[in-house]
Amino acid sequence: MAAQSPTLMTTTLAADERNARDARADGLFRKLVAAAAFFVLIALTGAALSMLWGGRDAFTTFGFKFLYSTDWDAVNLKFGALVPIYGTLVTALIAMLIAVPVSFGIALFLTEVAPGWLRGPVSAAIELLAGIPSIIYGMWGLFVFVPIMGEYVTPWLNDHLGQWPLLGPLFRGPPLGIGMLTAGIVLAIMVIPFISSVMREVFLTVPTRLKESAYALGSTTWEVVWDIVLPYTRSAVIGGIFLGLGRALGETMAVTFVLGNAHRLSASLLEPGNSIAATIANEFTEADSDLYRSSLIALGFLLFVVTFVVLAAAKLMLRRLSRQEGTK
Amino acid sequence: MIDVPSPVAVAPLPPATAAAKPVATGRPKMAARGLDFYYDGFHALKNVSLDIAEKRVTALIGPSGCGKSTLLRVFNRIYSIYPKLRATGEVLLDGENILDPKFPLNRLRSKVGMVFQKPVPFPMSIYDNIAYGIRHYEKLSKAEMDARVEQALVQGALWGEVKDKLKQSALGLSGGQQQRLCIARAIALRPEVILLDEPTSALDPIATGKIEQLISELKEHFTIAIVTHNMQQAARCSDYTAFMYLGELVEYGNTEMLFTKPAKKQTEDYITGRFG
Amino acid sequence: MTPSDRLYLKRRLVNGFNLVVSGLCAAFGLFWLIWILWTTFKTGLAAMKPGLFTQMTPPPGSDGGLANALFGSLVMSLAAIAIGTPIGIAAGTFLAEYARKSALGEAIRFVNDILLSAPSIVLGLFVYTLVVAQVGHFSGWAGALALALIVLPVVVRTTDEMLQLVPSQMREAALSLGVPQWKVTVQVLYRSALPGITTGVLLALARISGETAPLLFTALNNQYWSADLSQPMASVPVVIFQYAMSPYDSWHALAWAGAFVVTLFVLLLSILSRAILLRNKAHHD
Repeated sequence: MAAQSPTLMTTTLAADERNARDARADGLFRKLVAAAAFFVLIALTGAALSMLWGGRDAFTTFGFKFLYSTDWDAVNLKFGALVPIYGTLVTALIAMLIAVPVSFGIALFLTEVAPGWLRGPVSAAIELLAGIPSIIYGMWGLFVFVPIMGEYVTPWLNDHLGQWPLLGPLFRGPPLGIGMLTAGIVLAIMVIPFISSVMREVFLTVPTRLKESAYALGSTTWEVVWDIVLPYTRSAVIGGIFLGLGRALGETMAVTFVLGNAHRLSASLLEPGNSIAATIANEFTEADSDLYRSSLIALGFLLFVVTFVVLAAAKLMLRRLSRQEGTK
Repeated sequence: MIDVPSPVAVAPLPPATAAAKPVATGRPKMAARGLDFYYDGFHALKNVSLDIAEKRVTALIGPSGCGKSTLLRVFNRIYSIYPKLRATGEVLLDGENILDPKFPLNRLRSKVGMVFQKPVPFPMSIYDNIAYGIRHYEKLSKAEMDARVEQALVQGALWGEVKDKLKQSALGLSGGQQQRLCIARAIALRPEVILLDEPTSALDPIATGKIEQLISELKEHFTIAIVTHNMQQAARCSDYTAFMYLGELVEYGNTEMLFTKPAKKQTEDYITGRFG
Repeated sequence: MTPSDRLYLKRRLVNGFNLVVSGLCAAFGLFWLIWILWTTFKTGLAAMKPGLFTQMTPPPGSDGGLANALFGSLVMSLAAIAIGTPIGIAAGTFLAEYARKSALGEAIRFVNDILLSAPSIVLGLFVYTLVVAQVGHFSGWAGALALALIVLPVVVRTTDEMLQLVPSQMREAALSLGVPQWKVTVQVLYRSALPGITTGVLLALARISGETAPLLFTALNNQYWSADLSQPMASVPVVIFQYAMSPYDSWHALAWAGAFVVTLFVLLLSILSRAILLRNKAHHD
């Protein structure tokens, strides 16, 4: 042992030196990845602040009137966001009215009803729907769906729902095919895969023993889903719906094609309208004055704030289920 | 200190266990002195003092949550990768306190190797699994490295089974082979101490038998500490056994003595299966 | 028939009805998928021609292809991946390895998830005010940057998730060899998480290859061949948008051909990434 000690000493020294070097490299690596993580924070706050900055002209010129004015006049430089806001909310609402029940049905089918061999392929196909670029939805909407809406659906709606009291004015309009109803339907098709895949995933988190004990009491499949699965997953299901809503509010290309780009407030869902995202997409490169461009960026800021709130709510709701699972 | 003939490895034992004094001699390679350990406020090890005899197998046994794995994980400071864990007291390796922050982690880990419960081969070839650690410490020629890898695999009792597929992914090996690979990976660094944390709990009886046989071969060259929940295993492989309960070292001594004539009631209850 | 029998019958009828409706919902979802894909493939295939890949985007009324747009899309997408992937992997590493349960980590995860679903047009506006308005002109770099902001959160999230899936014993085993943490992360953990991270990058590529909104006012468009990222650059989605909204039939045909190419590419990528995940799963089981 003693004869070895000189070499032992040198290797020990070398090891200690390496130790210091390793510690330095470790510290550097940690700083590097932390910087990257902060970049994510900066990107989001930067996006918000830059749009607030870009929209400052519009906000200072029009003040709160920007939010409720229906003006959109590039010649006289008067801009108000009410028409695009209204269009955004209405198209998203129509989309949710269709997409939520259908997504629930799909999730139910894929978790409880379909035979095992069918579940994989069907859910993969539905998720493919989510992967199709939104511009494809827009083109398909414009060239295929709009003519059908104009030729068959709009006249039928005019003749039937259009005659109803109260709701009637919503469904009376020219047979153009484009408009808020068409945009809402196209949006619904787009968000169905998002909502249904969240619902499917959260339904699968329900413990089997919970479902089995309900089946053991003689419950039907529907009763198990409605009385056990849905209450158990309620907050996450709402989170999934909000996630879809966030998508629907911010979707640009699919609605730009079929909405008609008309700055007019109209009661009818069959009239052309506009949405925040579509307005920006259509007009930004044509904006010929600073105030015009600033108003469009201000619109973008509004959209960002609204989607931020919706998506944050979605995140919190989804997190509640995972926490509930964690405590079990 | 190196040349002083060592006394028996039981210096800090409480008087009550004096009856279980080991008969075999062994220099203390590692030793815990008044060791306390805290998990985010929870007191997991309470004033533990224990010697690990050189070139002997020391088994740590006790019910789940007794702190046996925690103790093992203090011996190479692997716990320090997690926040909020804290150890106080001393753990000596050849007389030096490894808990001293100034003790180079690098040196500690190269001297004290560890093998875990679940076999975790790295996602690379069998050869690279063994060479990975060596490359961090030594620059070897291809021929030297080949020799080192072969030596480690031979010592790990795996050479015969893998010598024709060294370039294949280690993930393709069976569970028992993977665990022997992990042992070979640890001994490739030529450590002095090997810590085994329930190394056979994920393996079938045949693979377990091979690992146990390997342990008895390895103790000729290495000092071994093994945590096990399997009392037969402790009885079969170890020279000394420590029984722990609720974070305290209850009894420590020669394995045969501890299993045949336990000094403490708790130990007797545990080894006879009458534990509450 | 006793009252309880009647109740039972009613419950079963409700059940049967609802289950049938759920099947119809699934059929409804598939119906649109098939319709949209069928239209795109049929019309797109009819408009396919060899010149698509060699000729430039034409002025109205004349013949041409999408060569410059395809090239621009490819260049900007690759640049976006090249920018977004390293930052994303690093940030995901921070979340999984250094901030797994910390409040800071949770906050960054939260922000990342918002960024993941944020409207892409907003990212375009962000890059416009940050880059285009400052530099004074549209450029391929601005487009690539906007796309990189879409890639980033996808890669952050998959890296974070995949590293968290690596068993902690793998880290412990590598660290117990005395190898420093950064080396363990780069040489062992990344290798283990590689299939998952690759899948994430492929999915991000699929997403940006069809993105239009963030390019509209960053890269703008370019009628000619340009390999200069500091100049405006054409991309397939923007050309599709411009041509589809035009009144010319020849432009419509080109738009459909572009739509077909993009859709096919996206579908192939998503099938490929799925295959990687499945193979990896089979390997581990």
